[in-house]
Amino acid sequence: MAESLTHGEGRRFPFLSPWLGRLFATVATVAATVLGLLFVTFMIGRVMPIDPVLAVIGERATQAQYDETFRALGLDKPLLVQFGIYVTDVVQGDFGKSIRTGQEVATDIARVFPATMELATLGTLIGVILGVPLGVIAAVRRGSWIDQLARFVGLIGYSMPIFWLGLVGLLVFYGILGWVAGPSRVSTFFQGIVEPITGMLLIDSAIRGEWAVFRDAFSHIVLPASLLGYYSMAYVSRMTRSFMLEQLGSEYVTTARVKGLSEWQVVWGHAFRNIRIQLVTVIALAYANLLEGSVLTEIIFAWPGIGSYITTSLLANDMNSVLGGTIVIGTIFVGINIFSDILYRFFDPRAK
Amino acid sequence: MSGAAAWREWLLSDEPTSRRQARLSSWYKGWLTFRSNTLAMLGLVVLVFLILAAIFAPLLATDDPFAQDLGNRLLAPGEQGHFFGTDSLGRDIYSRILYGARISIYIVLLVAMVAPIVGLIMGTVAGYAGGWIDVILMRITDIFLAFPRLVLALAFVAALGAGIENAVLAISLTAWPPYARIARAETLTIRNSDFIHAIRLQGAGPVRIVTKHIWPLCISSLIIRVTLDMAGIILTAAGLGFLGLGAQPPSPEWGAMISEGRKYILDYWWVATIPGIAIFAISLAFNLLGDGLRDVLDPKESQS
Repeated sequence: MAESLTHGEGRRFPFLSPWLGRLFATVATVAATVLGLLFVTFMIGRVMPIDPVLAVIGERATQAQYDETFRALGLDKPLLVQFGIYVTDVVQGDFGKSIRTGQEVATDIARVFPATMELATLGTLIGVILGVPLGVIAAVRRGSWIDQLARFVGLIGYSMPIFWLGLVGLLVFYGILGWVAGPSRVSTFFQGIVEPITGMLLIDSAIRGEWAVFRDAFSHIVLPASLLGYYSMAYVSRMTRSFMLEQLGSEYVTTARVKGLSEWQVVWGHAFRNIRIQLVTVIALAYANLLEGSVLTEIIFAWPGIGSYITTSLLANDMNSVLGGTIVIGTIFVGINIFSDILYRFFDPRAK
Repeated sequence: MSGAAAWREWLLSDEPTSRRQARLSSWYKGWLTFRSNTLAMLGLVVLVFLILAAIFAPLLATDDPFAQDLGNRLLAPGEQGHFFGTDSLGRDIYSRILYGARISIYIVLLVAMVAPIVGLIMGTVAGYAGGWIDVILMRITDIFLAFPRLVLALAFVAALGAGIENAVLAISLTAWPPYARIARAETLTIRNSDFIHAIRLQGAGPVRIVTKHIWPLCISSLIIRVTLDMAGIILTAAGLGFLGLGAQPPSPEWGAMISEGRKYILDYWWVATIPGIAIFAISLAFNLLGDGLRDVLDPKESQS
């Protein structure tokens, strides 16, 4: 999906330098995409069967109260004006109030988001640390058992429902073996001890020197993070393998071998150096996918992140929260896409 | 020469005497390539097995999938003739799995009908028309592509209400953009070829050119993509079912069954584990089949 946002950038801006022109086109693309994203969530908010007025004032309000709220919510204005107001609000970080928690959706999301980020970051780290070497070795020793292993890992990763693997993991490592802690982010005993700084419990407890909390939090996060790490490893190793195969087949690698360089230098010094930018792109996308993949994982592990937040709100018909969460994840998704795109096009000389 | 050998000879002939022979011959050669791929054949066998199980579910089932028997709750696999045990309401898990296969296949088929066709229309129109139509259609495609799929499906289901049909709609709405891109790319390569110019000179209009001459050439890449996507569709549908947004209880949808068994996972592992194995089997089969088909239909794209 690295190229997903590059379409239509072929327009020329003759009055600008090529570099600035491309930057301008990229910014325009981001703006159009985010606007489209907001339009989709706006329309979802419009077609839903729940009456937004009744959701605010309750069913027993009088007609006068109803009309007043109807106007206060701006529902009497034309659809386009409503959309304009909606965009202005969202851009300022105002997603409305959550009916379920009674707080601003933005406040809620700011509270739950670090938990998701902690989980996804650790998952991506695991995926990259295992996936990149696996992909490189699989490409170098093509057809060997390690290549078969990489293929097997990928197949399982693309075929296994993540929520089910999480449940089985809980059954085995928590229920039977007792190696890790069960669902939730930290044991009840340790809850609220660490004053949040970043909101990421592992980092906060380390900064504050609360090592008992750190150990407990670690034993809670290790299973869900490994689970996400597995899926990210499946993706990263597959992409690494195909990038490496492409490089190893090219002539400069043959030249390097003919010159008598060691296999290590050929693989890591030459071939691997040339896939670094592509690899960062893939890792960024893997990270974006994990942010999304954490929705189901968070449910299984009772992890208080944005995925749990969206689904709990969904079941409570709390549309402001659902759409707010969707916009946040969507915008980050678009942001990461654009980031990898820029990285690719601005720093890889071959893309010019 | 026996009948089979004569057929083989006819199919493998280098000088086909009719269009039909040429077409059947190329299919047969494809099949031979496909058959030599053990894993792909395994996928096909598993899939045929699951489809047969779904079709003959009423004959194969040992119990009514909805019949509750509270006296026999949570029986272990094998106990009292329940192959896979019973769930928290005493329903036979084996029978529910069989009927659940029907739901999964139904969802996959519906999505596989809707999403690629929407994508095909969008992509070919954009590619053939070009200009601002192309820009607008592709911008819309990009917006949907840039959106995280599961979260978007969640939001759609939230607006439309839970249920299988709405889950299908939500998955289709998030699944079509890649097909549109493939169809557009194919259209762009075909659009300026000589045979299209020839047809246009003969007076064919754009509708005829797109539907009769461009669509058939897009089909094979779309089929590969659909087969590879099937596993993802099944996993998304199961995920929605698991969250309580797809098929509703008491429906024996596999994701919903896992969700029901989740509460008992530590003491009665089979209730949630067995439907998961079923989901895994069907999506693995689709993945293996998709890889095999890609090798046959599109050798340049194959990985190894």
